[in-house]
Amino acid sequence: MAGITIAGVSKIYTGGVKAVKSVSIDIADGEFIVLVGPSGCGKSTLLRMVAGLEAISEGEVSIGNRVVNRMEPAERDIAMVFQNYALYPHMTVYQNLAYGLKNRGTPKAEIEARVAEAARMLEIGPYLERKPRALSGGQRQRVAMGRAIVRKPAAFLFDEPLSNLDAKLRVSMRGEIKRLQRRLGTTSIYVTHDQLEAMTLADRLVVLNGGEIEQIGSPLEVYHAPASTFVASFIGSPAMNLVSGELHGDKLAIGPALIDLHGKAPASGPVTVGLRAEDLHLARPGEAAFAFKLDYIEELGAQRLVHGHVGDQLLTASLPTEMDIADELMLAIDADRLHFFTTATGKRIGDGYAARTPQAARQVSHA
Amino acid sequence: MVENRPFLTFLTHAFLILGFVIVALPVYVAIIASTHDVATLMSNTVPLWPGSHFIENYSEILTGASAANGLPNYSHMALNSLVMAVVITVGKITISILSAFAIVYFRFPFRQLAFWIIFVTLMLPVEVRIMPTYKIVADLGMLNSWAGLTIPLIASATATFLFRQFFMTVPDEMLEAARVDGAGPMKFFWDILLPLSRTNIGALCVILFIYGWVQYLWPMLVTTDPGYYTLMMGMKRMVTVQDGVIQWQLVMAGAVLAMLPPILLVIFMQRLFIRGLTETEK
Ligand SMILES: Nc1ncnc2c1ncn2[C@@H]1O[C@H](COP(=O)(O)OP(=O)(O)OP(=O)(O)O)[C@@H](O)[C@H]1O
Ligand SMILES: [Mg+2]
Repeated sequence: MAGITIAGVSKIYTGGVKAVKSVSIDIADGEFIVLVGPSGCGKSTLLRMVAGLEAISEGEVSIGNRVVNRMEPAERDIAMVFQNYALYPHMTVYQNLAYGLKNRGTPKAEIEARVAEAARMLEIGPYLERKPRALSGGQRQRVAMGRAIVRKPAAFLFDEPLSNLDAKLRVSMRGEIKRLQRRLGTTSIYVTHDQLEAMTLADRLVVLNGGEIEQIGSPLEVYHAPASTFVASFIGSPAMNLVSGELHGDKLAIGPALIDLHGKAPASGPVTVGLRAEDLHLARPGEAAFAFKLDYIEELGAQRLVHGHVGDQLLTASLPTEMDIADELMLAIDADRLHFFTTATGKRIGDGYAARTPQAARQVSHA
Repeated sequence: MVENRPFLTFLTHAFLILGFVIVALPVYVAIIASTHDVATLMSNTVPLWPGSHFIENYSEILTGASAANGLPNYSHMALNSLVMAVVITVGKITISILSAFAIVYFRFPFRQLAFWIIFVTLMLPVEVRIMPTYKIVADLGMLNSWAGLTIPLIASATATFLFRQFFMTVPDEMLEAARVDGAGPMKFFWDILLPLSRTNIGALCVILFIYGWVQYLWPMLVTTDPGYYTLMMGMKRMVTVQDGVIQWQLVMAGAVLAMLPPILLVIFMQRLFIRGLTETEK
């Protein structure tokens, strides 16, 4: 059991590519951290520096108060689950699980006990004598997990472990990873580019962009108070609507539409406005509303996504299915559900909704 | 094939059979000739059906004190050939798998240069560099020795190149997983790379054993002591006797016996051999 401290870590590849730029994260003991970001943002590089598979160019990584910069992966007391599983094809499942323990000189009886325990936990008991080649993708994934947990390491490192599975299996394995991590209480760093996976698994999310941290926070914090337009458009599905607007005193103008902010305007002049699709609703009689021209509808079952435009800016709203939809709708949004970002840098202006709701506050303090 | 044209089928089969006959006929003649006595063979017609001297000829070649005048006996030469082929096979595979391991998995100065130097030796088989090699071996006093017979043939790059190509197809994650599992470089080599290379090693065993077994030119150059004569040299000398008749029935029996080890090896290793050439374990 140990926390992990990443302090000012950078990675400069030969050729001068700066893949990770001075990243600092404090990870508490037992915490489940998810690194999320688009392809090429340096998630794997950062994880591999923690694992010891990639040299650290600048900064320091500590695992449980030991600086591990100069240690071999095996000395760092971590276990890693790879995207393609990297099981040893010529060894049986049992040998795959036992190999790391054997190399550490663990007594045979202990190895047997630990493999048996991991096999029971992951329900791979029946396949222990098989070669990986004779397993399905999901079963291989379990074996890869098993290889990590038999070692009882200080930390689990996952690099997109589910991306080779089909959608359904991915959801169930996701649940299983979360359950296992809760049960073992092992500090974990999990890399994914799937924002849904990130939201569902994380105690805290680290959103990376171009090798830099955009935001660190609990899933709800990040969802309700994205620190930048990048995070806003990356986290949440459908992506947050980002439109340009202008603040005039107490009023927000989005094209021809005017929204009354009831004294909550955080700035003035041009801003980028973020509106979550589910925060938009059909205007009730007497409510301040703006006109929305319908382009097309996507049915999701429980909800429907209504795509259209306000003035010349595109907007997506998530509406209940029971209502009839006309070609032109009057939509409304609560003023405190609006997000504001500076137009120049895309950085957030003012607090998010989360910081102001007791429920979200509880979530934050829990993490 | 989806085509169904009788004439084409006939043609392809005709070619196949023709090819087979061309390959098989000399072998057949050798087998037949090894079952006749010398008188029959010296008469002008070549017999096409087995004779009655099979046991006599084979027991003579295997037990005779000397295969022909001045030569050691057949089994001594066969043993020499076997030793030479096995040493070459084992030596080449050991050296090339280790050098391929170094080139693929270690970063050291002039790594690329080292690879290219090894690669260039592919263009210089023994026959091309035989005179300078002979000079070196002679200067080192290695004529008439096992070292002189085998070392110059071991030092070549064919297998290094093949192993390098294979290692490059092994996913990097395999090495990384092993490192996380606490395996050092040599442990990774023994526990993971070597077992994964099993089929390639099997295929190379067959190829290199035959390569060593049929060496003729080099052993002829570096050995003058009959004690080091190999089968291929001996067979040649059996048909170049100065006076007296060539014992064709014995030459043929010897040739047939000399064919056996490669054939047995191929049959024995067939499973590995075919797999190694056509597929790789992930
Ligand atoms: N060995 C290398 N040499 C030079 N640049 C590299 C090397 N490995 C990765 N990079 C660069 O570093 C950046 C980050 O790579 P990384 O693999 O960490 O991305 P990632 O966030 O994991 O992306 P993905 O989601 O596609 O896996 C990329 O721009 C990549 O091109
Ligand atoms: Mg990656």
